[in-house]
This record gives sequence, C-alpha cells and structure tokens, in this order.
Amino acid sequence: MNIPLAAPGAGAGRSGRVGLWLRGVADKALPVLAVVAAIFVIWYAAAVWMNSQWTLDQAARAGQEVTFSEIVADTLTQDRPKLPAPHQVAVELYDTVIDKEITSRRSLVFHAWITLSATLLGFGFGTVLGILLAVGIVHNRAMDMSVMPWAIASQTIPILAIAPMIIVVLNSVGVQGLVPKAIISAYLSFFPVVVGMVSGLRSPQGMQMDLLRTYNASTAEVFWKLRLPASMPYLFASLKVGIAASLVGAIVGELPTGAVRGLGARLLSGSYYGQTVQIWSALIMAAVCAALLVGIVGAVQKIVLKRMGMSA
Amino acid sequence: MALAQEKPQVSLAPQPSVVTANGLDLTFQTADGPVHALKGVDLDIGKGEFVSFIGPSGCGKTTFLRVVAALEEPTSGEITVNGMSPEEARKARAYGYVFQAAGLYPWRTIGKNVKLPLEIMGYSRDEQERRMRSVLELVDLKGFEKKYPWQLSGGMQQRASIARALAFDADILLMDEPFGALDEIVRDHLNEQLLQLWARTEKTCLFVTHSIPEAVYLSTKIVVMSPRPGRITDVIDSPLPRERPLDIRDSQAFIDVAHRVREGLRAGMDDV
Repeated sequence: MNIPLAAPGAGAGRSGRVGLWLRGVADKALPVLAVVAAIFVIWYAAAVWMNSQWTLDQAARAGQEVTFSEIVADTLTQDRPKLPAPHQVAVELYDTVIDKEITSRRSLVFHAWITLSATLLGFGFGTVLGILLAVGIVHNRAMDMSVMPWAIASQTIPILAIAPMIIVVLNSVGVQGLVPKAIISAYLSFFPVVVGMVSGLRSPQGMQMDLLRTYNASTAEVFWKLRLPASMPYLFASLKVGIAASLVGAIVGELPTGAVRGLGARLLSGSYYGQTVQIWSALIMAAVCAALLVGIVGAVQKIVLKRMGMSA
Repeated sequence: MALAQEKPQVSLAPQPSVVTANGLDLTFQTADGPVHALKGVDLDIGKGEFVSFIGPSGCGKTTFLRVVAALEEPTSGEITVNGMSPEEARKARAYGYVFQAAGLYPWRTIGKNVKLPLEIMGYSRDEQERRMRSVLELVDLKGFEKKYPWQLSGGMQQRASIARALAFDADILLMDEPFGALDEIVRDHLNEQLLQLWARTEKTCLFVTHSIPEAVYLSTKIVVMSPRPGRITDVIDSPLPRERPLDIRDSQAFIDVAHRVREGLRAGMDDV
C-alpha cells in the first residue's frame, strides 16, 4: 500500500535526499551489475575455450608454436568463431543498428521491425481470442467443458511442427506476408491469456457474487461491474507471458518460409553461412525486443491499475 | 416447536409482520450426507424490530438470513418477506444485505462503492450522487467518498458497506455478523452508531452475531438457535427500552436477558 505517511528521508535536507536517492540506485544497480559482470567473464572464458581448437589447428597446420596470450588474442578476433566474444557482437550490433539506414536490408532495426510488426499483430489477435474464449468458458457450460482441453492440447504440439503447415495452408488460400506469421504468433499467445482470464473472471468470491445477486444484477452487469475489473491483475500477468510468446511465434514463423526479412531470417541466413556473429546479434536484438515489450506491458499495467486504485 | 411455551407474552402493540416463517426446513446435500441446516423454524418478525440471531457455528442463523434474502431455497415450509416470496421481495428491493466482510470493490472509491447498487437499479446520476452523500453522512463517513477502500480502517470499511446497503432505501436490513472481524472497542462504537441509525431510519433489522452482549444490547428480540439440526431454542422479547446508552449493559435487566440467552444456548447444547 502506498499510504503517503512520510516519504523516506523527508526530514533530511536536499543533499541528504540526493544521497539517499543515489544509495537507492546503487542498492538496485549493484546486484544487476555483478550478474552482468559474471556473465561477461564466463562468456569470454567460454569464447577462448571453444575457439581455441581452431587457433591450435591453424597453428599446427602452419607448423607454428603459439603462446597462451596469442591464443587468447586470436580466439577473440576470429571471423567465424564457434562462440563470438561479447565485443564482436557489440561491434556487429553497432554496425547494423547505428551505422545502417534503418530502411536498409542490412539494418538490424529494419529486420527487428518486420518481426515486431508480426509480433504485435499476433499479440493483438491472441489477446482478443484469449479474452473471448475466457468469457465464453466462464459463461457457457458447454464451452467450459470443451474448450480448455483443446486449448491445452494445442500447446502440446511443437510450434516448429505446426508453423510450416499454417503457412502452407494460408498460402494456398492466398494469405501471405504478415498475417500467417501473426497467426503463428497468436497461436502461442492466446493460451496464457485464456488461462489467466478464466482465473481472473472467476476470482470474485461467493460473497461478492451474492452481493450482486441481492441487487438482482444481470449477468452482463456482473461481468462489467465485477468480473472484468476483478480480472485486470490476472490479465496483465498473462499479457506479459503472452507478448514474449508472441515474439517467439513471429520468429519461428519466419524460419520455415526461408523468409529474407525479419530476425528469424537473420538467424536462418546466419546459420547457412556460418555467420555466428550475425546469429548472436540477432539473438540479442530479439532479447532486447522481448524485454522492451514486456516492459511496455508492465508500464501499461502500472498505469491502468493505478487509475483503478488497485496499485499495490 | 417444543419450546414455544417458553416464549414470553407478545409485546403490547403488535406491528405488521415483515418476515414470517412457518415450519421452515432446509437440508443441504453434501458428500458426507444430508446436513439439516434448518429444521422446523417458525418465526414472526414485526416491522421496525431489531432481531438478533445468536447461536454456535452451524446453528443455521446465517442460513436463515440467506433464505430471507433468497440466496438459499428452503427444502420445505413457508416464508414470506413483506408478504411476498423472498425472490419477489428481492426484485422489489425489499432488503439490503451486509456481509461479514465489507466486500468493497478495491477499484472503486467509497462513493462509487455506495453507488454500485444504485447504478444497477437504474437511478439517475443526480439521484445517485444525492443518495450517496446522504447515506455516507448517516454512517459518519462524510468527506470520504473520494478515498479508496484500502485507505480506510476495517471499521470504516464496514460502515461504508452498511451505507451501501442503506443507499436504495430498503426497509429491511439483513446483517450477517457485520462486526465479527472487528476488535471489541470498534465494535462497541459501531453498535452504538447502529442503534442510532436504526432509531433514525426505523428499518427492520435482522442481525446475526456470535456475541451475547452485542445481541442483548442491540435487539428488541433475540432468537437463540442451536445446531444439528439448526433450530430455534428460544425467542426472547427484550424488556430494555429502545433508547440504550452504552452503560445500560451494567443494568440488572440487561444482565437478566444475557443470562436467559446463555441458558438458551446451554439448553441447545444439552439436546445434542
């Protein structure tokens, strides 16, 4: 609860407040920085270890002896390393994100946008479908009995197996481009929304339902005045899962078509040509996009729940 | 009823009946077999009375209130509310129900919570506003309409829920242990306020409680119930005056009534 009794350090002077703020940032940033540093150390060590075989082979072929420092230097600068070093990925990201026109095919931003547009459209489809199914399940006994098993079954099928079929089927009825990818993306994202919304719409307890019965409220009034507002925290929790799943769906949707645009296409072409640096930068871009999307959903959640007076 | 002869003489000025029950039975079918929640309940509640239902858990006091509110269907027997069936009485908005927990919607301000029944019953916006303000004043929550429930104490929340039940002017107030979750001090205070409210609004109150002092302090009639099967063991018409300061609880009359309630509760336990 955010009862504004007294702000922390309210009595302190200006400099004290800044000090407190700095300490607060440091408290939060330090653990994060420590983890990031650990990841970099492990990553560099793994890059040296995994790429050293190639360095040693090359040296053996040339009949040369290599010192440890030469091995390290070489493993971190190879063109096609098994595991690119972080700075190589950083340089590639800089080249393809900052240096290129974003309309260029060589720009990662361009590819990310292709994937993001499919993600957002799919997320929209999935969310609407998920909410509609949940409303049906909660209000209709037949749907309650029948829909959920199918929804669960749908998620047990590997998406990689069903994605090509969706694309082929839609292509044969003349649907191409963004929509098939969005549908694959929706296929993954509707599920968490259904599950979350069913729990959310059912979250009002017996007493709250009884109260509305004493007012003789209709089913529609129960829905709009009680079930829907009560389900909001559940909805946002599932939207966070759903939007990440949407991104996965959109990337997977790009793989089976041999698409030339999108993050999935970058991953595919990177693996064809052994461009590990390109693969890793596409992966990082995908991770950044996912973080961004989840962050946006989280921000919307905060605003909506705050406006509803429910922010905890 | 076996103990009917123990009933005291009917009070001097008989009021028109608001709730009458005749041979009311209610059996719940559960996995462990049938549970007799109510058995042979006869009761007559006059207009403007304050009736408390007291008894141990499982004696059917809450169930009886729920039958009055048409939230449960009796298995057999008759019950009328304002001369109608409970279902019709609900449609006629005959009663306001106050639950054990305040049950305010966390996404609505106190004012909007009080307006909830008014919105559903289709009052105009101006009328909603006017009624909301007047009932909040009645429960001493003036100026809190823009606050959210979590900004209020438990006692204030329960008062807001009483305001919500009062908002649409039902003449019966059904209260199911409304102060059960509150501490003794707050409860005393709310009991006093509830009595004043009852005196001012002249509503008929049906009040479920676990507390003997609360039942004796508030009621004009006390219904003592006992479990397995849920039934009435005694109905006491209180000799206390309608005007009741808190210190009436030290008077001999108060102690006598409390004693009789305790006897009734004990007798109910012996039968089992």
